[in-house]
Amino acid sequence: MKRIKTWLLFSPLLVAGIMVIGNPGSGTEPPHKTAELTTPDEAFDVMMQVLTHKRCVNCHPADNYPRQGEDSHKHLFGVERGVANAGMAATNCNTCHQDENNNYSGVPGAPEWSLAPLSMAWQGLTKYEIARSMLDRNKNGNRSLEELEHHLTEHALVLWAFEPGVNAEGIPREKPPVSKEDYITAVKEWIEHGAVVPDETTN
Amino acid sequence: MAQLFQMKPPTKMNISFKINGKAHSVDTDGDAPLLWVIRDVLDLKGTKFGCGKAACGACTIHVDGEAVRSCSFAAKFAEGKEITTIEGLGNAENPHPVQQAWIEEIVPQCGYCQPGFMMATAALIDKNPSPTDEDIDDNIINICRCGTYYRMRKAIHRAAELKNSTTSNS
Repeated sequence: MKRIKTWLLFSPLLVAGIMVIGNPGSGTEPPHKTAELTTPDEAFDVMMQVLTHKRCVNCHPADNYPRQGEDSHKHLFGVERGVANAGMAATNCNTCHQDENNNYSGVPGAPEWSLAPLSMAWQGLTKYEIARSMLDRNKNGNRSLEELEHHLTEHALVLWAFEPGVNAEGIPREKPPVSKEDYITAVKEWIEHGAVVPDETTN
Repeated sequence: MAQLFQMKPPTKMNISFKINGKAHSVDTDGDAPLLWVIRDVLDLKGTKFGCGKAACGACTIHVDGEAVRSCSFAAKFAEGKEITTIEGLGNAENPHPVQQAWIEEIVPQCGYCQPGFMMATAALIDKNPSPTDEDIDDNIINICRCGTYYRMRKAIHRAAELKNSTTSNS
């Protein structure tokens, strides 16, 4: 009984301690450390911490099934890629996903919500393999380096990873481990220095 | 550790759209699900609330001819759009082929999820006039807890037949 009373005494503090109230994910911002980037290899590593994160890879599957959730399970309800990477004829990505996150349903959203084409499959690849694939114009949608930089740093669907909203339980989705600002700086720095993929045998 | 978040305060806005051919203008929270506007503001109760997370499809409507789960469609996105709900698909005197097929095959059991299925089916046969079983499996992924899937499959094929015969006769 005494233990219960003690617990009750501290319960308001406990509740206050576990509740982080604000915009989705506001309490989970990764640290901002742009000034510490010094070498292209370091920039590469920062960039790849984002591009290998589930928020990116879930939509770069190596098969015809989108992934979802923090455990990257196959999209529920048997949702498939379809011919244009955006689902089936009558039930497609936009049946549920709109141009922005929906905090009522917990369904994520951003403009052009769709899977990356199979040529851009990243699932199962190392960060070096992903980078080489990204630079290969036969796989990257024939993007030049300039176009690749634009895609990586300005495309709303790519940057959605940093504002992934909440799930159906109202719990913020996990964000990549670096801030959007650090990621963009890293991508630009890496490309400015020639977009060299580091030697994976020495890293 | 789970974190809670607070919804933004509602931002009232005026949204104009057509629903079942009739123009409407509503003042509502732009982020509110369109489902709530349809049911609570416009009093069209045929569209159902099922799961509230775009999983079951009971709330399926058409927005500019595309099947959309209205529980996950912010009202502000309806601006300028043509919305169709089950009430606008057809009526007792002139049922849509999907509604006619549903009657012929006596599909519903409890009936709650059926409007969503019918809207999804109408969108499917608009895009694919003769869906195969595989097409049905890929596109009609709503959930029916009564398990009327077997009768629905027959009704979807029948609806396609009815629609095609209507099209070829016109």
